[in-house]
Amino acid sequence: MKQFIQKFKPKTKSQTTTLFAWALITPAALVMFWIVVWPLYETFRLSFTNSNLGTLMSGADYIGWENYEKLLGGRKFPEIVTRTFYWMFLSVGLKMILGLIGAALLASNIRARGVIRALVMPPWIVPIAIGCFGWLWMYNGHFGILSNFAEMAGITDGPFSFLAYRQSAFYSAVVTDVWIGTPMVTLFFLAAMQGVPKDLYEAAYVDGASRWYRFRRITLPQIMPTIVSMALLSAIWTFNSFEIIWILTEGGPRGATTTLIIDTFKTAIFSYKFGAGATRAVLVVLILGVFSVIYLSVLGRISKKYSYSRVQK
Amino acid sequence: MMDKYSRLHKIGIYVSIALFLLFMLLPFVEMFVASLRPITHLFSRPPLEVGETLSFMDFMSRFWSDKMSFQAYRDMWVTVPQLPRYIFNSVFLATAVTGISLCFVIPAAYAYARFNFRGKSLSLTLFLAVNMFSGAVLLIPLYKLLRSYGLLNTYWAMIIPGVAFLIPTGIWLLKSFLEKIPYELEEAAFVDGASRLYTLRKVILPLAVPGIVVVGVAIFIGAYAQQFLFALTFNQNRDYMPLPAGIFEFIGYQSVLWNEMMAASLVGILPVLLIFLFMQKHLIAGLTSGAVKE
Repeated sequence: MKQFIQKFKPKTKSQTTTLFAWALITPAALVMFWIVVWPLYETFRLSFTNSNLGTLMSGADYIGWENYEKLLGGRKFPEIVTRTFYWMFLSVGLKMILGLIGAALLASNIRARGVIRALVMPPWIVPIAIGCFGWLWMYNGHFGILSNFAEMAGITDGPFSFLAYRQSAFYSAVVTDVWIGTPMVTLFFLAAMQGVPKDLYEAAYVDGASRWYRFRRITLPQIMPTIVSMALLSAIWTFNSFEIIWILTEGGPRGATTTLIIDTFKTAIFSYKFGAGATRAVLVVLILGVFSVIYLSVLGRISKKYSYSRVQK
Repeated sequence: MMDKYSRLHKIGIYVSIALFLLFMLLPFVEMFVASLRPITHLFSRPPLEVGETLSFMDFMSRFWSDKMSFQAYRDMWVTVPQLPRYIFNSVFLATAVTGISLCFVIPAAYAYARFNFRGKSLSLTLFLAVNMFSGAVLLIPLYKLLRSYGLLNTYWAMIIPGVAFLIPTGIWLLKSFLEKIPYELEEAAFVDGASRLYTLRKVILPLAVPGIVVVGVAIFIGAYAQQFLFALTFNQNRDYMPLPAGIFEFIGYQSVLWNEMMAASLVGILPVLLIFLFMQKHLIAGLTSGAVKE
């Protein structure tokens, strides 16, 4: 009997288990194949063609690396890539900082924590598009609250349309992106902080460690795995962020908020240059892939070192 | 002892929390206030002399007016007669995506939670890697794919991509729920001669209902949120448009009916907000369970 049960234990790697498990996974895997993997391959293939609206019926011609040469040789591309990375680092950095602050605040011994935690969530829960409509109104130059406030406080001289100027449009989009991304980061950091063993804090407290010291030396290292993974996830999503920029500025004014994703969408869907758009999509995937690998290998090494030195102390 | 704060410290914490909440909630407050104000008041500015600055009272008048009413909540149905349809579409699409996703998520999550098998970690990694691709990257082939099946401008054009992009997260979330159900129950059923499928249906599923509900709600919220891009690209038919795309109709050629647009937006987020309010405790616990364990 015992042996029998042992055999059923999930630790076994029998052939029937593998078959059964795969039978359960296959439907989901097929959907992925159909909607993600195959289109990915198609994107790759299209990027070597001159596919556009005109060639939908007749079939596109292979033009080799022409799309890539045109894109990489163009004046605009380096600018767009730099902007996309700037957008990503700035926004993710702010999300991490705000998320840490928010989580530390919520983790402190305060009243009505549950209510406050729930009040932080709406930007994340609400459809991105609708949140952006709200910001669109707030950024309005003549009637928006931000412009009026700046005017009253004497920061600006008269009405200021946040989305009308290159610089301000870019940073306005960043603020909205941070607004949407912060709740989730806060929530995960809070959960991680609450998972840190209490006796660590107590021991440090008995030893006379200050609150700030405890945060730096206990909380931060303990939640480091969560920070590392949330930062990567945030980075990927921010890099791919589409709706926020599209609704606020459509990539303008004069391309000031055109990130790689916006450029891809504009080229492919609005100009119907499917081939050239696919080239951009392939580069998005490539850049993100390389970024993730570098990030994980560098941070993996750092955090290993970090936890090692922690153990030694 | 350790959690005691000095008074100054306490004030600091509450003030910081207030500022944090202000950032998170200001857009909603401003949307609500804008929806209450008549459009003429919304578009009025105090006449300023050259060199004169906006006074505090002028600023506050952007929040308050004697003529505030819920009129916009009545007018919006007239301005955009399709509005009920858009709201229905949004809820319908999110529900359909949730239902269909769960059919794929439940078996797969069960397999990952319960068995060790060849290719387990590799396939799981591949599933999660899907999160790396935004829908925007795959729009072109997806457009052609949906076109070749004749599915453009139908509900399916928004349901199919929606399902695909939510399955990986769903599997991940449900897996950690299912891992908490003790093996002994399955063993008992198995010893009694139950088949694996029978065990899944009659033993595991009933126990997993709370987890499935939470994952379902998470998928619903995700599906409700992600409609815009797919609607923008794959659907031109106004009868199938979800709310975020439909709200653009308040932006007219001449002017934007901001108050009605904000009213419609707020009504449109009510479904998710209500679900979230009822489920928030379980939802937050479920979503973050992966963050706690190492």
